[in-house]
Amino acid sequence: MLDMLVVFLPLLGAIIAGIIVFVPSEDKEKQHQRDTLAQVVTCLGLVLSAVCAVVVFYDVALDGNARVTDLFTWIDSGTLEISWALKVDSLTAVMMIVVTVVSAMVHIYSIGYMHHDGSIPRFMSYLSLFTFFMLMLITGDNLVQIFFGWEGVGLASYLLIGFWYEKPSANAAAIKAFVVNRVGDFGFALGIFAVFMLFDTINLDSIFMAAESNKDATLNVFGGEFHALTVICLLLFVGAMGKSAQLGLHTWLPDAMEGPTPVSALIHAATMVTAGVFLVARMSPLFEYSDTALTVVTLVGGTTAIFAATVGCVQNDIKRVIAYSTCSQLGYMFFACGVSAYSAGIFHLMTHGFFKALLFLGAGSVIHAMSDEQDMRKMGGIWKLIPVTYALMWIGSLALAGIGIPGTSFGFAGFFSKDVIIEAAYGAHTGIGMYAFWMGIAAAFLTAFYSWRLLIMTFHGTPRADERTMAHVHESPKVMVFPLLVLAAGAVFAGFLGVENFVGVNTVEFWGKSIFILESHPALENAHHVPLWVKVAPIAVGVVGIVMAYWFYLISPDIPARIAARFQGIYLFLLNKWYFDELYERIIIRPCFALGRALWKVGDGTLIDGLGPDGISAAVRYTSRRASALQTGYLYHYAFAMLIGVVVFVTWYILAHAG
Amino acid sequence: MSEIPLLSLLTFLPLIGAGMILVLARGSDADVARNSRWGALWTSGATFLVSLPLWFKFDITTANFQFVEKIEWMPQFGISYHMGVDGISLLFVLLTTLLTPLCILASWEAIKDRVKEYMISFLILETFMIGMFCALDLFVFYIFFEAVLIPMFIIIGVWGGPRRVYAAFKLFLYTLLGSVLMLVAMLAMYFDAGTSNMVELMSHNFPVSLQPWLWLAFFASFAVKVPMWPVHTWLPDAHVEAPTAGSVILAGVLLKFGGYGFLRFSLPMFPDASVMFASLIFTLSIIAVIYTSLVALAQTDMKKLIAYSSVAHMGFVTAGTFTLNIHGIEGAIYQMLSHGIVSAALFLIVGVVYDRIHSREISDYGGLVKRMPAYSLVFMLFMLASVGLPGTGGFVGEVLVLVGLFQVNTWVAAFAATGVILGAAYMLYLYRRIIFGQLTKEGLMKIKDLSAREWAIFAPLIVLTLWMGIYPSSFLDFMHVSVENLIKQVETALVVSGQAVLAGR
Repeated sequence: MLDMLVVFLPLLGAIIAGIIVFVPSEDKEKQHQRDTLAQVVTCLGLVLSAVCAVVVFYDVALDGNARVTDLFTWIDSGTLEISWALKVDSLTAVMMIVVTVVSAMVHIYSIGYMHHDGSIPRFMSYLSLFTFFMLMLITGDNLVQIFFGWEGVGLASYLLIGFWYEKPSANAAAIKAFVVNRVGDFGFALGIFAVFMLFDTINLDSIFMAAESNKDATLNVFGGEFHALTVICLLLFVGAMGKSAQLGLHTWLPDAMEGPTPVSALIHAATMVTAGVFLVARMSPLFEYSDTALTVVTLVGGTTAIFAATVGCVQNDIKRVIAYSTCSQLGYMFFACGVSAYSAGIFHLMTHGFFKALLFLGAGSVIHAMSDEQDMRKMGGIWKLIPVTYALMWIGSLALAGIGIPGTSFGFAGFFSKDVIIEAAYGAHTGIGMYAFWMGIAAAFLTAFYSWRLLIMTFHGTPRADERTMAHVHESPKVMVFPLLVLAAGAVFAGFLGVENFVGVNTVEFWGKSIFILESHPALENAHHVPLWVKVAPIAVGVVGIVMAYWFYLISPDIPARIAARFQGIYLFLLNKWYFDELYERIIIRPCFALGRALWKVGDGTLIDGLGPDGISAAVRYTSRRASALQTGYLYHYAFAMLIGVVVFVTWYILAHAG
Repeated sequence: MSEIPLLSLLTFLPLIGAGMILVLARGSDADVARNSRWGALWTSGATFLVSLPLWFKFDITTANFQFVEKIEWMPQFGISYHMGVDGISLLFVLLTTLLTPLCILASWEAIKDRVKEYMISFLILETFMIGMFCALDLFVFYIFFEAVLIPMFIIIGVWGGPRRVYAAFKLFLYTLLGSVLMLVAMLAMYFDAGTSNMVELMSHNFPVSLQPWLWLAFFASFAVKVPMWPVHTWLPDAHVEAPTAGSVILAGVLLKFGGYGFLRFSLPMFPDASVMFASLIFTLSIIAVIYTSLVALAQTDMKKLIAYSSVAHMGFVTAGTFTLNIHGIEGAIYQMLSHGIVSAALFLIVGVVYDRIHSREISDYGGLVKRMPAYSLVFMLFMLASVGLPGTGGFVGEVLVLVGLFQVNTWVAAFAATGVILGAAYMLYLYRRIIFGQLTKEGLMKIKDLSAREWAIFAPLIVLTLWMGIYPSSFLDFMHVSVENLIKQVETALVVSGQAVLAGR
């Protein structure tokens, strides 16, 4: 019952707010009432949902009462039976907490952030709708329901990115997000079909039970005989890459920053983009039996971590920096899963959810204060004017950079979760694990660097905004600060509070059956016994990164420009995000449109119609014109034709009857 | 079984209504128009009500034909007037009776000339469509199947757009080609089996050597109707030129004739040939999906875009049908039903703005959400259903077809699934250009949101789309037994002929 409340309260809120959208409001007063009602309903729904989620968390994760609530049949065809059901185990319970708490905070924050906007009910409705889909995703007890939530969050993301529909860039970004995600979903869907082909069911529990007995099974797909679980895991991972913006399918995430900032915090940092990580962790009983798939996951995760971090170092839009940071952190989560440290990945997912939402909402406060300016080159010198936001951004950055004291339990949330990932990568004792380890260390350095670059460019130095903007800079209202405080508490304490349960001594008990790790994959266990330098390295490079950022951007601010001029090729390569967008534009988008036009004009027009109906009718017309040319009107022509006719007829008669 | 000949009543009720309009609608032009409209609405509404008992009284536990009526017609030739429905045809009958009154409503204001003739044509069309789905005798089927063309031809040719005559003739030419071959095949079947009873024909084993020819002859007719690539080019023209309601019926019901034909004739009667030609169907279906999706991407005319998307969606249907497994076939049927609702709704959506602005050019629109929020919401819903978002009717059919395909051939499934990506691209792109952006066009400044009449049209379609997406069992349950029976027929026939082939060697 409680599980249902968690999931369906946001839906209820979304529907009510959605109805309010269509209530006509003539005057300002009425409209204000309408907006307030929508805000109250949706916020209340989410807060209640979050409270229920906490209760569920205690019950399920801490007391170990995992369960599945069947609602009703969805699709039933032959052996394919799919139900609407809510599966709640430890993994789901953790995700529920992250989703509902962050979502509730974002809802409240939006009251302040969006108060100038003309379509408040619509915005609140979308936010709640998103939360519902996300909860459906994490409670799915079968792959198709996960897919339902998966597509649903994609839809909500599309709607929210394109929320300001008059901006062409927002519309383009919205479509891009949806379509690129569809490319990932293509893999996901094929993965589901492959699961069904192998297991004859898509119910998670049944699959997991049958996984071991099928560990050597092969599937005959795509013209070859392949290891079945590898095929399945790789296909599912394509889906995860799309949703979690991993290298190759990441291009939509930075563009998604066109949406309002609360959206970026909720969907494009804390929850939706982590769905891919969730999926891999959820499917751990399958991934465990495919070393190839795990290697691919590690490789992609490690590469994305470093790729996105390099790009994040040169971006100037405050939100894009954080977006690339998200992309990079998702890479960490993936390579954690890749070395079988799923719980470390989920742990980082949770802490990241708090501090990244904090950073985004903090950035939102800055943007709000700077009269909607997002370019950091036009900020600076405002830390005294908005001290609370400034302090909160510091907390978020410290958590992101994973600052803490090695060997003790003093540290920000990211310190616990990120370090255990890096240590697990080292502890995997595999080649690919070491790759991920070094990428993780390098990315940790860059993370600290770009975080403090952001802090310094935004808050310190000489003010670069015009006077009118500067005069306007103000601290955000309480309704925006309060959620920041809650998230900041998470960013500070979540790591310390969770470490023992998530990845420490209680880990097996805590996760119960929701995460499955083979004994031959002891990376997480080994993570606790790594050499000291491995433990110290991430912090050390982090501190170096911070110092470098101070040196580059505060002490001698001309250095970055000089470096950019000196290594212009590299700089442009990074600034243009490794030219992925240009590449796709050239090899996919434009050819598709050109091909479409060609098939239409030439294929349909010239060939099919030309040879088909139009050609035939033209031929008929031509023939009939020739035939009518026979009717010349001269008597002797007709007489001649008649004569020939008589001859032919007589010949035929004789031949037929004489023979 | 039933005392009242329900199917005959259903089939001929619209015809009676048409006759009454013909006789009774008299007086001034305005009176005639009004009476014809109301007459047609009452008739089609009554037909819908009469069709409801089918839904409630249908026994889902048997694959036998139900509500059967059989009257000797030409006993010397063994031809009888024979009607009945099973789990495959039942829902198509209901789809027809549901869409027709909505079409009448959609034509309420759009059709101003010759209203009486228009309404009569539409009612006659309904008679033929219902008759086609209920017919259980080869020749009765043929008559209805072909007769449908006449009112459709007239509707496009008389009330269509500027190039209506070209479009109507193109439709006619294409269809004619297939019909002639189909009639020849039907005669051959009749002489081989000695009966025109379709139920008996399904269990008759046609010689394996004859089957490919019969199959191809039927294929010629059905492929045009579906339409499959490369005989699809009549569809965009027909849709573009047809009045809104014409497009709705065309996309909603007429396109299903082909898919239904494959299920009713090709699979059970020519199973060997169906297996033999399955790869051909798969190839053409994949081409249809990818080719027409790309073409849709390049369109500048709303109706043409949706027409091309129809071809792509029907590609799923044909591919699913020939998987010969339960998922594929049920998926194909489901896809046809949901496409019947969704594409019908999309054409109605185009009709809404066409009635106001009289343009189908996408570039003449933009920013409509500002003035038409309700319209935008409805459009959004059907756009999402069209791209197969889970929770809408479009998803269930697509996923079942793909599940079925994946078991037969993974490459085919993968290629078909790319259609899902492209589908999202062209639909979202269409939606963006019409609904989003700034409202700057002069003519759009005063455009009005949905009227009560338009809401009445969309409301049932919205409910159905969501219902089909969230609780598809209501519809799938009708099919299970019949589809299983169909598959069993095919398998049995294959076993028989397989032995025959072995014995022959």
